[in-house]
Amino acid sequence: MLEIRDLHAAVAGEPILKGLNLTVNAGEVHAIMGPNGSGKSTLANVLAGKDNYEITGGDALFEGKSLADLEPEERAQLGLFLAFQYPVEIPGVSNMEFLKAALEATRKAQGKEEWDSVTLLRKARETCKQVDLDPQFLKRGVNEGFSGGEKKRNEIMQMLLMEPKLALLDETDSGLDIDALQTVARGVNSLRSPERGIVLVTHYQRLLDYIVPDFVHVLSNGQIIKSGGKELAHELEEHGYGWLTGDRNDGKDQSA
Amino acid sequence: MSTQAELDKVISSEYEAGFTTLVESDTLPPGLNEDVIRVISAKKGEPEWLLEWRLDAYRNWLEMAEPNWAHVTYPPVDLNAISYYSAPKSMEDRPQSLDEVDPELLDTYKKLGIPLHEQEMLAGVAVDAVFDSVSVGTTFKAKLAEAGVIFCSISEAVHEHPELVKKYLGSVVPKGDNFFAGLNSAVFTDGSFVYIPKGVRCPMELSTYFRINEANTGQFERTLIVADEGSYVSYLEGCTAPQRDENQLHAAVVELVALPGAEIKYSTVQNWYPGDKDGKGGIYNFVTKRGVAHDNAKISWTQVETGSAITWKYPSVVLRGDNSVGEFYSVALTRHAQQADTGTKMIHLGKNTRSTIVSKGISAGKSSNAYRGLVRMGPRAENARNFTQCDSLLLGDTCGAHTFPYIESKHPSATIEHEATTSKVSDDQLFLCRQRGIDPEKAISMIVNGFCKEVFKELPMEFAVEAGKLLEVSLEGAVG
Ligand SMILES: Nc1ncnc2c1ncn2[C@@H]1O[C@H](COP(=O)(O)OP(=O)(O)OP(=O)(O)O)[C@@H](O)[C@H]1O
Ligand SMILES: [Mg+2]
Repeated sequence: MLEIRDLHAAVAGEPILKGLNLTVNAGEVHAIMGPNGSGKSTLANVLAGKDNYEITGGDALFEGKSLADLEPEERAQLGLFLAFQYPVEIPGVSNMEFLKAALEATRKAQGKEEWDSVTLLRKARETCKQVDLDPQFLKRGVNEGFSGGEKKRNEIMQMLLMEPKLALLDETDSGLDIDALQTVARGVNSLRSPERGIVLVTHYQRLLDYIVPDFVHVLSNGQIIKSGGKELAHELEEHGYGWLTGDRNDGKDQSA
Repeated sequence: MSTQAELDKVISSEYEAGFTTLVESDTLPPGLNEDVIRVISAKKGEPEWLLEWRLDAYRNWLEMAEPNWAHVTYPPVDLNAISYYSAPKSMEDRPQSLDEVDPELLDTYKKLGIPLHEQEMLAGVAVDAVFDSVSVGTTFKAKLAEAGVIFCSISEAVHEHPELVKKYLGSVVPKGDNFFAGLNSAVFTDGSFVYIPKGVRCPMELSTYFRINEANTGQFERTLIVADEGSYVSYLEGCTAPQRDENQLHAAVVELVALPGAEIKYSTVQNWYPGDKDGKGGIYNFVTKRGVAHDNAKISWTQVETGSAITWKYPSVVLRGDNSVGEFYSVALTRHAQQADTGTKMIHLGKNTRSTIVSKGISAGKSSNAYRGLVRMGPRAENARNFTQCDSLLLGDTCGAHTFPYIESKHPSATIEHEATTSKVSDDQLFLCRQRGIDPEKAISMIVNGFCKEVFKELPMEFAVEAGKLLEVSLEGAVG
């Protein structure tokens, strides 16, 4: 589904990803962990096609197509979804209006049947409830004045409605209270299916207690330096990244 | 008296010459002088007092200079190159079907979602055979007549309701108010007249759209709306049809009179030809719009403007009566080489008067978009309040937005609040939309529409939809 081979990417001319390899097959959940500034968001943005994020080497294939050749909206229409680490506000554009535009564009491109306004509203309301957002949020401007946690739940709401093939979640768990974390986890789990791939970027083992990953990867300095099963997250929790990067001061077990 | 006689002779001979041409093509040769005014007045069968009024305006205008303080630049308009009277094309001269109309124009209509028979009307197709506009007009008129509402062309009103026209014409925008208003007073050809009787709530929104004969009234429109005590009217001006003229001067005057307790809501959606991307062609829109609000009356102007090469326009409210309310909601979009200098004036004279100004300027391309607003609190304006919010949105780096607020307060208890912001459509907003599958043009138009929401919600429903679509069409290709 997603195949990243020796990917090099620069942000505003600055090399950030330095030879990254990752394969995500349909039905798999991958967690990516790693220290601040290691390039996790960069990876997500490169895959989604943000301006100024330039692939300088290697390749990233989504369903066999090279992402570099596609506009961001084309990637989205193919079923690639990014839940943002910092969702941006769009004042005056109602959530509902936004969802309508997004769903119209993607469903059409994916050959799914179009939803009329009534269906859309019903689905949107149901999905709001699923992530514990008051349906009143549909009338508010996109993320306009939302709390941090509400923004994150709004991202999940969009993701659930859009039913992407590949979902990238960039620190969706950060800033969530315990209940919200479980709500979000339930949402993501409900999306798990043999046809879908999910990539979670997270700093916390806690999320992975609720969404149990098939694979865990550690990203450091623009490369994946270690991959393993879900137990790798536990080891990281225990030992810190210093255990892998060789920088002892980073680790919790420096006294050992 | 012999001088007068001689003058008359000269005039009549020239008049004859003028008239001959007039009969042949129904268009006066270019140029402006007193005789031209006499011809216009005669052609319209006007009473003596109106001719005198026009001539007085003309003589006064000759002494005036074209204003040059606005933040716009354009080559001088040759007022002698304009023909001041041109009758509407006869049905035979008009295109006989849509096949004969400029396809680009039709394409725009289509994008705006204008129904076919309306497209025909807008394009000036001889519609009588195709669409029974007469019957539509009739049912509409009957309903208004029942309520006692007068809605007709100003020429008709001059004949049918001379006492009203005489009383209010020029009462809000005096003949000598400014250069363009002076010119309009001298040569105005047509426009709308509305009178709402005491205590009547006009049973429908009045729209120039219904008045098909309005389609060719041309450059010097004159509109007069009088809302008698305690009445209410909502008036919609303009259609979304682009006018494909070369640099053409449009100098309209709109006067609103809201008598005690009355409310007038005046909405405009304007999309005249803005010229091409290098600034060639397009309308010069130099318009004077003003209303007077008496005790407890309310006037609100809502405008969405995307057209014209140059716009110079400040719909204003004179808050003459105590407790009167003035509102101005505006969206002005400029692109290519368009220049807009627009805003409002709120003149607070009465006690407890309140005004609200919400202006949204959107600039793209190499355009320049200036807001110019005056809030004046007179010496009697006890407890008067104004709130002004002025937001600019820039699309790209080559356009400009400017804000020129003028505040004059002669009363210590008056409060004036002014907020101004300038923003850009951020890369992150655009990326969020695109990441959700929305193409960039649609995304920009959605973001811009969101930016304008406060103004759009003031528009009547159908107009708001139209305004949204209009922005979308206008923004096409504005992103790059
Ligand atoms: N526009 C930019 N110009 C230069 N450097 C940038 C730019 N954007 C990001 N970077 C750098 O790229 C590196 C990777 O950033 P990224 O946001 O991908 O880290 P991250 O792994 O997501 O970190 P965190 O855990 O804090 O979210 C950082 O050093 C960051 O400063
Ligand atoms: Mg990050």
